[in-house]
Amino acid sequence: MSKMGLFINYDICFGCHACEMACSQEKKLPAGEFGIKIAQYGPHKNINGDWEYTYLPIPTKLCDLCAERTDIGKLPSCVHHCEAACMEYGDMEELSKRLVEQPRSVVFSLD
Amino acid sequence: MKKYSEELYRTDRHWKEGGFDVYRSTHWSAPGCHNGCGLVYYVKNGKLDHVEGDPNAAFNQGRLCIRCLNQLEAIYSEDRIVHPMRRDPERRGDDDAWEQCSWDEAYDLIEENVRRIQQEYGSESIVGLVGTGRDVNCQLALTCYVAFKTPNLACGFLTGDSCMLPRMAGTMITHGDCPVADMSQFSELRYDDPRYEWPEVCLIWGNNPIVSNGDGFFGHWIVDAMRRGGTKLVVVDPEVTWLAAHAEVLLQVRPATDAALAMSMINVVIEEDLYDHDFVERWTYGFDELSERVRDWTPERAAEICGIDAEGIRRAARLFGSARPAALQWGLATDAHANGVHEVHAIMALSALTGNLEVPGGMRMARLPWDMELSYSCGWKWLDPELQAKRLGNTMSPMHQFGVTACAQADCMLNAIETGDPYPIKMLYLEGTNPIANMGAEAPRVYEAMMKMDFNVVLDYVLTPTASAACDLFLPIAMAAERTSIREWWAPTRACMPVVDPQGEARSDNQITIDLINRLNPELAHEVFHDITTEAELCQWQITYNAHNAPEGQTFADQVEKVATWPQVEYFRHEKGLLRTDGKPGFNTATGRIELYSPAFASFGLDPLPKYEEPWESPISSPEKFEEYPVIITTGHRSWEFFHSEGRNQETMRELHPDPLFDVNPETAELYGIGEGDWCWIENGRGRCRQRAHLTPQMEPGVINAEHGWWFPETEANAPNLFGVFDSNINNLTTQMAYGETGYGAPYKGFLCKIYRCTPENSTPTPTEVIANGGWDYERITMSNHDKIVRSSERAC
Repeated sequence: MSKMGLFINYDICFGCHACEMACSQEKKLPAGEFGIKIAQYGPHKNINGDWEYTYLPIPTKLCDLCAERTDIGKLPSCVHHCEAACMEYGDMEELSKRLVEQPRSVVFSLD
Repeated sequence: MKKYSEELYRTDRHWKEGGFDVYRSTHWSAPGCHNGCGLVYYVKNGKLDHVEGDPNAAFNQGRLCIRCLNQLEAIYSEDRIVHPMRRDPERRGDDDAWEQCSWDEAYDLIEENVRRIQQEYGSESIVGLVGTGRDVNCQLALTCYVAFKTPNLACGFLTGDSCMLPRMAGTMITHGDCPVADMSQFSELRYDDPRYEWPEVCLIWGNNPIVSNGDGFFGHWIVDAMRRGGTKLVVVDPEVTWLAAHAEVLLQVRPATDAALAMSMINVVIEEDLYDHDFVERWTYGFDELSERVRDWTPERAAEICGIDAEGIRRAARLFGSARPAALQWGLATDAHANGVHEVHAIMALSALTGNLEVPGGMRMARLPWDMELSYSCGWKWLDPELQAKRLGNTMSPMHQFGVTACAQADCMLNAIETGDPYPIKMLYLEGTNPIANMGAEAPRVYEAMMKMDFNVVLDYVLTPTASAACDLFLPIAMAAERTSIREWWAPTRACMPVVDPQGEARSDNQITIDLINRLNPELAHEVFHDITTEAELCQWQITYNAHNAPEGQTFADQVEKVATWPQVEYFRHEKGLLRTDGKPGFNTATGRIELYSPAFASFGLDPLPKYEEPWESPISSPEKFEEYPVIITTGHRSWEFFHSEGRNQETMRELHPDPLFDVNPETAELYGIGEGDWCWIENGRGRCRQRAHLTPQMEPGVINAEHGWWFPETEANAPNLFGVFDSNINNLTTQMAYGETGYGAPYKGFLCKIYRCTPENSTPTPTEVIANGGWDYERITMSNHDKIVRSSERAC
C-alpha cells in the first residue's frame, strides 16, 4: 500500500481545537497529552502592515493517522471533524499535487 | 483524497456496527450551543460511548466542535443533578438544605405556589425566564401562557432584551421579516444547489461567528465561502478576530459607534452611485429621506467618531457596494447597544440599497420551516385578553404594545420586582437560564431581586450559582442525547431523539411542559392538547396544530426517520408574491417595501430614519467619568470551550481555559504595569471583578474585551461564595435600565472602566464580601431616574 499522509491548508485553519479534542477522544488520551497540537503565529501586524494570524496543527509522535479507523474505512478523527475543513487524508503522491495547487499548505509525512 | 466509507455513515436513523448501536440525531444544548448540528451517536450497553459529526447532515457536513465532542463528560459528570430537589426558601444559599423529592412532589409544590399566587395576586405575578438556546422556545411559552396563565415570559434579567430581539424587532418593522446571510443553508443540496451563488463579499458586522455560531448560523460556512467561493471579507469589530485578520478591509471601531459607521457607508454607497437603482425604485420606501439624512455623514465624520481611517470606510463601502451578491452576517453587538434598533435600521439599509435581498448569496428573509409557531408567542392566543393586556412592557413603547417581539420586557420585569409597579412579582420559573452568572446585567442587583421572590424554580442540569443562591425547587433536565424534540431554527426541520435513557430521573423540557399543562390547566389540556402526555406527542402536536404550512399528514415519526427535512427554497419571493399574507408582490411591511424611512417608527413617535447616538457612558458623552475610568470595555467575549456559563465544570474545558481572561493591548498594559497572565481588577463606579490579562495587539490601545459567564464549580456552593460567581463577574460593572428609547438594546458593550493589577493590599474586600455586606454604594438607574441619568447624557450626533 502506498504511503499515506496528512494535508493541511493552513491558510484557513482558525484554531478551533476540534482536531485536538477529536484525537484525544479517539485515543482516550489523558489530560495534557496530544496526538495533534495546534501551533500559532500572531495575531501580529507584520512590517508590510498585513495581519499575520496563522494556526497550524502538528501531529505528534502519538499520531498513527488513526490506523484503526482508516482500516475499516473511516477518516482520521481530526480530518473528519475539522471545522475549517482544511485537513485531508490521502496518498502522499496525490497530496503532494494538492500542495502545488494550494498556497499556504503543508503535507505531513508520519512514521 | 480519501473519503469515508458510505457503509459506515448511512442515511438511516439507526444501524448496528461492531458492537455499537449507531444513531443519527440532532444536537443542541444541553450541553453545547444553540445550532443543531447532525451527530452520529455510538451506544453500547445502554451507555453513550462516543459521538461523531454526521457527514450526511447538510448543516455541519461531519464537522463538530469541542463542546459536542466532549459531551460525554457533561452527560456523565458527577456534578450533574438527576433528581428533583427542594429546599426551604428560608434556607436559600445553603447547600445542606436540599432534599431530594419525587416529580409528583415537585409538581405538587409548583401547583401549590401557582394556585396561591393566582389567588392572592393574580397569575401575572408569575414570570417565566428564558436563557439562550436550550431546548426552550415554545416550551417556556406554553408553560407560561397555558399552564401558569401568566402573560410574562422574559429574558433572564437581560436588560434591553439585548440578544436577537432588537435585531428582530427592528427588521420586523423595516423589512417585515428577519434577514439572514444566505450561505445556502436553506437548501438540502447546499453549495451544490445550481441556483446558489457564493457571495462576492461578506460583511461581518459585530460578531465572530466561527467562535459564537449564534442565531442558528454555523460560522464555518463563512470559511467555506472564503475557501471554495473566493468570498472576500469586510469585518467591523473592535477586535482583530481571525476573520478580521483575513479580511480585505477591517474597520476596528470604538465599541458601540457602529451606527455612525453604517451611516457613513450609506453615504458613500449613495454619493458614489453604487446603489441598485432598479431595486431601490421598485422595492424600497423613503430613499430620498434617507439620502438627505446621510448627506452630512461623510466618512471623515464617522472616522472621527469611530476612531478609524476615513479611507478604510470608503474602501469597505465600495467593496460591499459593488459586490453582487453580497451577504451581511451580523451579530449580537448590534443588540448590546442602547442605540440598537436605529443601528439595525442603518446596517440593514446597506443590503437593501445594494439590492442584495432575496438573491442567492445575499440576504434571505428567514422563516421557520412550515411556518411553525415555536417561538415565545406559542400559546399566547389561548391566554385571556385581560391577562394579555397586563404583559410587562406593554406600556413601555408602542413596539412592545403591538407585540413586535413576543415577550415581556426584562427591565420592566425588574422594575415590577423592585417597586411592585404595576403589580408585584412573586414567583420566577427559570428554564435554562443562569442570570446571576451569565447575562443578568448588574449581577448583585439581580441576586437581590431574586431573593425577594416567594418561590423560585430552576430547570438545569448542574447546580448553577443562580440555583445555589436563590432556588427553592430544582428540576433536572435531560440532555440532547436523552430527549425528544424538534429543532427548526432556521432550516432544516430537525428531530432530536433519545439515544440513551436519561441519567437518574432527568426529564426533557418538553415532558415537563406537557406535565405542567396537564396538571395546571386540564381544560386546555383536553380541548387544545387532546390529553397528550408524552414529549413525542407534544412534538406531533407542534406539527399538526402549530405549523401553518406543514405538508398534509406530516408526522413526527416520519420526521424522526428522516432526521432532517428541508423546505422548498425559492429566491426572489418578493417578486412572486410569496412573502405577504395577501399574496401580492412585495415585502411583508405596511408599505410592501423595505422601509428606509419607516412610517411605523414615525407613528410610534420614534425617529423614522436611521441615526447614531453616542453611548450614554463614553469619552465623548461623559468626559468627567472618562477621566476616572479611561478604558473602554466591551463584554461577552466568546471562547471555544464554553457556551455562555455552561461547561465550567468540565475539567477538559478548564484544562484549555482555566481562568477568565480579558484582552488588552500591550501598550495599555504597560501603561498600567500589567503583564501577561496577571490577575487584574476591572472596575468602574458600579463595582469591580477580577480577570487575567491577555496582552494582544488584537485590541486597540485603551479598549478591552472581557469574558462573561464565569463561575468556579470547584469552590464552595454555599452563600456568600456561590461558586465564586461574583469575583470574576463582569456584570458587576454593567447596569440595568440604561436601555435606549425603544426599550430594545442596552450597553453590555461599550462603557467605561479602569484596570489595575491585583495585589494583596488592594484585593480586600473581595466582590463576594462586598455583596455579602450590602453591595457597592452608587446611584442605581431606575425607571424613575432613567431619563435624568441616561437620556440627558446621550447625544444625537
